Amino acid sequence: MSELEYKVIVGLEIHVHLCTKTKMFCGCELSFGEEANSKVCPVCLGMPGVLPVMNKQAFEYAVLVALALNCEIAKFTKWDRKGYYYPDLPKNYQISQYDLPLSRNGFIEMPLESGKSKRIRIIRAHLEEDAGKNLHATGNFSQVDLNRAGTPLLEIVTEPDMNSAAEVRALAGELQRIVRYLGVSEADMQKGHMRFEPNVNLVITKDGKEYKTPIVEVKNLNSFRALERSIEYEIGRQVEHFLETGEVMEMGNKSTRGWDDGKEVTVLQREKEEAHDYRYFPEPDLVPVELTGQWLEDIKSRLCELPIKRQMRFVTDYGLSEYDAGVLTAERATGKFFDEVVKAGGEPKRVCNLLTQVGLKLANEKGCSVTELGVKPSALAQLAEMVEASMVSATASTTIFEEMVKTGKGPEIIAKELDLIQKSDAGELEKIVEQVLAENRKAVGDVKSGGKKSKKAMSFLLGQVMQKTKGQANPKIVSEILSKKLN
Amino acid sequence: MDWLSAKELRDKIRNGQSSSVEATNAVFEHIAKIEPTIGAYISTFEKSALDKAKEVDNRISKGGPVGELAGVPVAIKDNMCTTFGATTCASKILENFYSPYNAMVVDKLLAADAVIVGKTNLDEFAMGSSTENSGLKQTVNPWDTSRVPGGSSGGSAAAVAARLCFAALGSDTGGSIRQPASLCGVVGLKPTYGRISRFGLVAYGSSLDQIGPITRTVGDCALMMNVIASYDPADSTSVDEGTAPVPDYLEKLNEPIRKLKIAIVPEFVAGADKQVQEALSAALDIYKGLGAEIIEIEMAHLDYAIAAYYVIATAEASSNLARYDGVHYGYRTKDPKDYIEVYSKSRAEGFGKEVKRRIMLGTYALSSGYYDAYYLKALKVRNLIRGDFTKAFERCDCILMPVSPTTAFKIGEKVDDPLTMYLSDIYTIAVNLAGIPGISIPCGFDGENLPIGLQILSPAFSEDRLLRIARMFEKETDWHRKRPAIINQ
Repeated sequence: MSELEYKVIVGLEIHVHLCTKTKMFCGCELSFGEEANSKVCPVCLGMPGVLPVMNKQAFEYAVLVALALNCEIAKFTKWDRKGYYYPDLPKNYQISQYDLPLSRNGFIEMPLESGKSKRIRIIRAHLEEDAGKNLHATGNFSQVDLNRAGTPLLEIVTEPDMNSAAEVRALAGELQRIVRYLGVSEADMQKGHMRFEPNVNLVITKDGKEYKTPIVEVKNLNSFRALERSIEYEIGRQVEHFLETGEVMEMGNKSTRGWDDGKEVTVLQREKEEAHDYRYFPEPDLVPVELTGQWLEDIKSRLCELPIKRQMRFVTDYGLSEYDAGVLTAERATGKFFDEVVKAGGEPKRVCNLLTQVGLKLANEKGCSVTELGVKPSALAQLAEMVEASMVSATASTTIFEEMVKTGKGPEIIAKELDLIQKSDAGELEKIVEQVLAENRKAVGDVKSGGKKSKKAMSFLLGQVMQKTKGQANPKIVSEILSKKLN
Repeated sequence: MDWLSAKELRDKIRNGQSSSVEATNAVFEHIAKIEPTIGAYISTFEKSALDKAKEVDNRISKGGPVGELAGVPVAIKDNMCTTFGATTCASKILENFYSPYNAMVVDKLLAADAVIVGKTNLDEFAMGSSTENSGLKQTVNPWDTSRVPGGSSGGSAAAVAARLCFAALGSDTGGSIRQPASLCGVVGLKPTYGRISRFGLVAYGSSLDQIGPITRTVGDCALMMNVIASYDPADSTSVDEGTAPVPDYLEKLNEPIRKLKIAIVPEFVAGADKQVQEALSAALDIYKGLGAEIIEIEMAHLDYAIAAYYVIATAEASSNLARYDGVHYGYRTKDPKDYIEVYSKSRAEGFGKEVKRRIMLGTYALSSGYYDAYYLKALKVRNLIRGDFTKAFERCDCILMPVSPTTAFKIGEKVDDPLTMYLSDIYTIAVNLAGIPGISIPCGFDGENLPIGLQILSPAFSEDRLLRIARMFEKETDWHRKRPAIINQ
């Protein structure tokens, strides 16, 4: 059998919960984990006679995301009803947007591990209301919890521009970072704030001919891991299925599959794309939204520097590694804090080390962001400068940072109190060096004889000095004295 | 007592010449006597009505402030949500539905100190022109109990005509206030779309539905409008007062409109019964006598109104009524096999024939592949009809036409012929498509002593002028003072 070559093609639908004060079309608070059906009102219950009122904040949040995704923003947008019967959908129609979504034709610049980025085109982003949840307890019945019904949901649809599970994972991650930056969603996967539906197929080259496998839509994935794994699984399954049956894409053979998290397999849900007729029509209970120039400007003014731009700036302006820049820009607050510390005089790489190696760890332990550690940017800049000037060692800076968080005191005071200032007094250090040289004749000999052993012996001697000074000697100065004495 | 208009009663209650308890008791005594024959009400609230009446009387005796409808017994069509009694829409599927909230208009009535007598019968979900489609009971025409009261607000119109209340609320999607008002010899106003909050009105055709008053006099209509007309932020389609301020409808009611210019559409009128046409031309003579100028106009697209209406209204209805599925509230079938059967059987058993017919029609019109040919085209027709009216009102103050091509027909006469029944809405439907206001006022009787209504249409948000035009006619005639014989039983 000849060698198979294939290209993976994935487009993604992403649903993001917006963290507005109230639901999309009524005054109920958003809910998570509350008692079933406790955050509901006649409107989100779909009682007879109720009418929806658009949540302006949700609309503005959605426009903000669309702007960040470089979309064209519609000046005139309307609402449509999407009809289907399901117990978790109280009105048996969902208020959504059909032919005039609030935005189209955007793109997202997605960082790749290689350090490069890739542009994924966005077809559209529109607003809709979420449904409730069906609860299948034991027994001959199901129950419905409508707390979630009416939660504002932003649906983002990409072009099939991704070519591996890793790329899809990266896009999802980037999107999470963006909505968090904009402050429009907590994007907490555990709370179901983001749900993914990838459309996957392959272009297989066999014997010089190309074959497209039927498209599979995997429904309702709610973790990055499930997203990545399900696509990986689909790739393998589709290759196998093609080899067995030779089935290729044609009208109407798109299928829908679910993800079994336990078995890590996709499971067939709907064989053929049944002629699903949602009977869309304009929602007569809502008026169209006309986005005036001034309103759009107001929303634009709330845009911030986007994560990938910031990440690239940290690399080019501060010479940070791609990885470090990624860590610092994962959350908006961290990157902003980093910027402030650098502005206050901190050497960028030192500040980066302090934040990535100490600050984030402390913040993580406390369950807060680095800005909430109680350390002022100026104080951290000072600590970075102390390291830079060899006043304290890198090791000592960790202790000092921790103490700053604990006590709120300045780095210099802490360094003094804990006796962590490095000994840079050449005269005093010289005495200690002489003492060490006297005690370690063999090593001294090794250094002097040169060759392989020399380097090792030198570090050994340096280590001995450091030990004697309890780590407070300035290693640079000690090295200088050692070299002088031994040459 | 039952000679009084709502406004006269209100004034007498306010100044102590009468009392709300007296009026309310009189209404309930009357109900006890003739309601079993008329069948106007689905539910009545004697106890809470009397409690409210006592409370209002009490406040008046203490010199406290009272509302615009102080102590006046009124009725509500049973497709408006109330926290008291059921809200059935005359449907088995909602027979035992108790709303957790009040419709905005109900809150307005209560705040105006109205005494709520009961909730009136209708064609199921307001779909019909005779109230024969009620899933719960039959209402008859007080002028001839073998005939229909019209519909869908047949219960409200019959209740007002038979003096079972002093005023009532109806809803009008394609003529459901004006046509029963005409057939029962009372006044019915369909206000401009957006003038009155639809919040709590159980939707039939959302882009067409509008609540309005059914009363004995034009003045009572104005009084009711003063109570219920307002912007409501809970209804996104209600129009704010910056765009269209709500006037005091009573203030200039008795001032005639000078140099009134009335238009008629001769070709269009020709389709009505001879006696209806005669009543219309007699009405025109009265206006001429008052100095009005009559012009003839053409409206090119009116012929398509019924077709467009039955696509748009049923399409919206098919979606609006999707929620009645036996899952969350309302009727649920016994022993369903699976959840699909909860839907299919609950709906099959809960809805009546006409409702199912319209759901099917609307579902078809919205189906993929048919949407453009039906729904989209109907919307285009709707725009053309709107344009026709806009153009017409550049040349006149109002348009006069019949309300219904016939007077009240016999019960059962048209039930098996839905198309003929649909065609009887010919004069009322275009108004809903255009969103403009229209009023029906009594303008005569046919040879069988059945009332005939005169319809007057005016531009959007000109209800104040429309009421004044209607009042000009009412002052010159006494049709509104005629009473059906059954009242004296």
